[in-house]
Amino acid sequence: MLLKLTGGRIFDPAHDQNDVVRDIYIRDGRIVEKPTDGRVDEEIDVRGKVIMAGAIDMHTHIGGGKVNIARTMLPEDHAQAVYERTELLRSGTGHAAPSTLTTGYRYAEMGYTAGFEPAVLPINARQAHMEMHDTPIIDKGGYVMLGSDDFLLRMMAANSDQEAINNYVAWTINHAQAVGLKVVNPGGISAFKFNQRKLDLDEKNDFYGVTPRDILHRLSTAVKEIGVPHPLHVHGCNLGVPGNMQTTLDTIQGAEGLPMHLTHIQFHSYGTEGDFKFSSGAAEIAEAINKHKNITVDVGQILFGQTVTASGDNMRQFAGAPHAHPNKWVCMDIECEAGCGVVPFKYKDQSYVNALQWMIGLETFLMVDDPWRIFLTTDHPNGAPFTSYPHLIKLLMDKSFRNDMLSTLHPEAQKATHLASLDREYSLYEIAIMTRAGAAKLVGLADRGHLGIGAAADITVYTDNSDREKMFEKPDYVFKDGEMVVRQGQVIKITWGTTHVVKPEYDVSIEKPLQEYFDKFHTLKMSNFKISNDEIVDDGRGSLTIQPLHKGGRL
Amino acid sequence: MTENSTATVWHEVASPFCGIASDDLTIQVSGNNIKVLENGDAVTRPGFETPISDLQPRIQGKEVTLDQAVSHIADLLINSKQPLIAGLGTDLNGARSAMALADKSGATIDSFYSPAAFRNILVLQDTGYMTTTLTEVRNRVDLLLVVGTDVESTFPRFFERMIWNKESMFGQDIESREVIYLGKKPSGDASTSPKGKKAQVIGCDNADLPEVVSVLRALLKGKPVQAEAVAGVAVSELQTLADRLMAAKYSVVTWSAGQLDFDHAEATIQNVCELIKEINATTRSNGLPLGGKEGDTTVNAVASWQSGYPMRTTFNRRFPDYDPFLNDGRRILAEGESDVVIWVSSFNTTVTPPKTSATTIVLGRSGMQFETEPEVYIPVGVPGIDHEGRTFRTDSVVSVPLRKLRDSGLPSVFEVLSAVEQAL
Repeated sequence: MLLKLTGGRIFDPAHDQNDVVRDIYIRDGRIVEKPTDGRVDEEIDVRGKVIMAGAIDMHTHIGGGKVNIARTMLPEDHAQAVYERTELLRSGTGHAAPSTLTTGYRYAEMGYTAGFEPAVLPINARQAHMEMHDTPIIDKGGYVMLGSDDFLLRMMAANSDQEAINNYVAWTINHAQAVGLKVVNPGGISAFKFNQRKLDLDEKNDFYGVTPRDILHRLSTAVKEIGVPHPLHVHGCNLGVPGNMQTTLDTIQGAEGLPMHLTHIQFHSYGTEGDFKFSSGAAEIAEAINKHKNITVDVGQILFGQTVTASGDNMRQFAGAPHAHPNKWVCMDIECEAGCGVVPFKYKDQSYVNALQWMIGLETFLMVDDPWRIFLTTDHPNGAPFTSYPHLIKLLMDKSFRNDMLSTLHPEAQKATHLASLDREYSLYEIAIMTRAGAAKLVGLADRGHLGIGAAADITVYTDNSDREKMFEKPDYVFKDGEMVVRQGQVIKITWGTTHVVKPEYDVSIEKPLQEYFDKFHTLKMSNFKISNDEIVDDGRGSLTIQPLHKGGRL
Repeated sequence: MTENSTATVWHEVASPFCGIASDDLTIQVSGNNIKVLENGDAVTRPGFETPISDLQPRIQGKEVTLDQAVSHIADLLINSKQPLIAGLGTDLNGARSAMALADKSGATIDSFYSPAAFRNILVLQDTGYMTTTLTEVRNRVDLLLVVGTDVESTFPRFFERMIWNKESMFGQDIESREVIYLGKKPSGDASTSPKGKKAQVIGCDNADLPEVVSVLRALLKGKPVQAEAVAGVAVSELQTLADRLMAAKYSVVTWSAGQLDFDHAEATIQNVCELIKEINATTRSNGLPLGGKEGDTTVNAVASWQSGYPMRTTFNRRFPDYDPFLNDGRRILAEGESDVVIWVSSFNTTVTPPKTSATTIVLGRSGMQFETEPEVYIPVGVPGIDHEGRTFRTDSVVSVPLRKLRDSGLPSVFEVLSAVEQAL
């Protein structure tokens, strides 16, 4: 079956196509050349429509223990967003922490065709995959989390060579079925278990004597040397702490040119100036990003309203728990490996701090020059639910809308920002870079995020509309692997996306100390820790897509 | 896990029969007979070794094919005004299929283990908690406070695996660990240290725990307490306990909600959870709720991610509708509010449906005995014996793979309920 999309305006940054009118041919889920005999089975007239690859959310908490704690703990939030069962769709609920089925439907309806869970604890990876397996239509994958796990910290305290650490990282990525590596408050989650309440970049973990800087260096080196395309995904030290911009600047400097992705940078860009001792560090941070080409960031924009924060960073979540709204929260220590904290939160436009957070996020978007190195996220659900993306896109693309919003916020916060003077408006092409081509490149998805021959036919078709929020919340058509899954913003077909992974090589000798570690200290056997490929296929509708590695360094 | 083809011995087998899901069992299989060779206990041995006795589905006591049973269930559901899916002793995929069927048939869903599980869930939904997981306990605990629970009667290997393990990762002298019971005293010696140090017991009736825990929390917060004793416990003894909790580096407070069987035990668990949070202002302390056997944790986890809500959710208005009181399965059956009940119990032959006027369908472990023959009975395989599966541990963080150990031909809950859903 050959499908032709005729006459659309193509925005395909991976191929430098900015508003180029051309036809797209689709066969067997892939974009193909124009058939030599010209025969087409079905043709859809998309003349005048804006065509982009399916959008990719490179950082969204959609699966795993902390997300499910958030779901269970928020019945009152779900009750305001219930979705009836239809002939086609399962029922569901949720605004801040939607059910898995609802998550898949909502993403697809907005033209998203992939989402990546950024905080997969190795020990909880099985659950993260179970939940993502129950998330329809979109592709998924996870970044597995190390950095406060005792196995790594023991290796570092014992001064193990880099090769052993590379082996451990590659082993973990393989057996947790991950596509990248994440670190959260490096060493800090472990330090909290030893009753440390903060951990700066150069502060030592009391037990191991290891600093966050050491951990970042070891892990970012490992990612590069084993050839994982996605740079080390870093949730830095001191999240949310006024003055943390200095930590962030030091982290950027300390990367020493190694690829590093700093996630939800907005939460790490705070100064201490002004009457409120809380100010924007966005200008300095953006300048540093512009200067250091090895650095990528996603923003973690906050938007006003009720949400829930769910993080592996239990040290910082515990500190933030007094701000819980409603007043309930969970913190956990997890398996000598990690932790989590779930704190519901309501961002208020008349709060000085929240208003300034909103401004800092937007300042960052507008002051980072290269859209290939900055990504559109709300750190769903931590800054806001992912369903607010069309609104966020409008804020970026429409200066007058942005300034109208700005003028309604806390007056003192307005005085503390230069946002109103920033004239930049993102173009459709730049949005396509941030949410498609750049995101695919960053995650390491060879066949997604672009519209070239051979790409997976994940395609979103929009009607151009000067109201960008309206345009992006309801595409005309969404194709997933060549099948039309959404028409006029409504899901019309259920498919089940694939799980993207990488399989870096490792020396099996790493299993000797691991086996000993599991047997001595753990409550699970190493054999039962490993997640098999069959578990991802599961009941038959799951699948595994192994993405290519970069050329590694030492292994 | 390895399979030795001559002896059919399986190693590193995980047990779904206990919430700590020990995965170091060695199991021998010959034909349909199973024997736990190593690391068995009073819970896992009967769990694995209960023999298969019936293989054939029945309608009104008469043997039928699986297809006939499935289409009869579908008919009953189509004609039902308000179905209930209950019991729910099942694994990951069984829970998934039950949720899909509930959604399609407008059923209410609730687990046999909910009365205990909800004592914790209600706390989560009201104020939350700070908790830890088994490997953290094994390596870090210096003071274990057991509240109102005889741990070893339901978790026989808890102390062996989590408290009196040979070695801690952090060089702790294991013998120095302290165990204190508040409430009932232990039924055996599992809590006694390897060198014979017995657990301290601050005894009271469980029914007095609300009062005793409240006073303990007040003391921890430094509030003046005028009374000299509460429910027979000297306040000075509670003060000493409070001091030890504050002095400990990593105390763990554990309870099994199933054993806190008194009215509004959730309020006491909430007090325990809040006092743990308060201790964390200066040192570390965590809760460890024990429970989660036979799919208890699993069904709540799956229900939460698929619908947003744990058990006690109804789909009768076509969307998930949660009410921990109205959708209590026991209450629904007692009040006659359901006309068809699908009772799922694939782990345990003794977890049978309650007496009810509702037409009863049972997906039960082979060998289940009934006082009243149900309308439909389908003997199903046990996850982790007859088919592969996955189950969650008590901490709701770790899930373990369950293996297929024998080829009994018994269908899984997933196969049966998916077929019913298809037939609707």
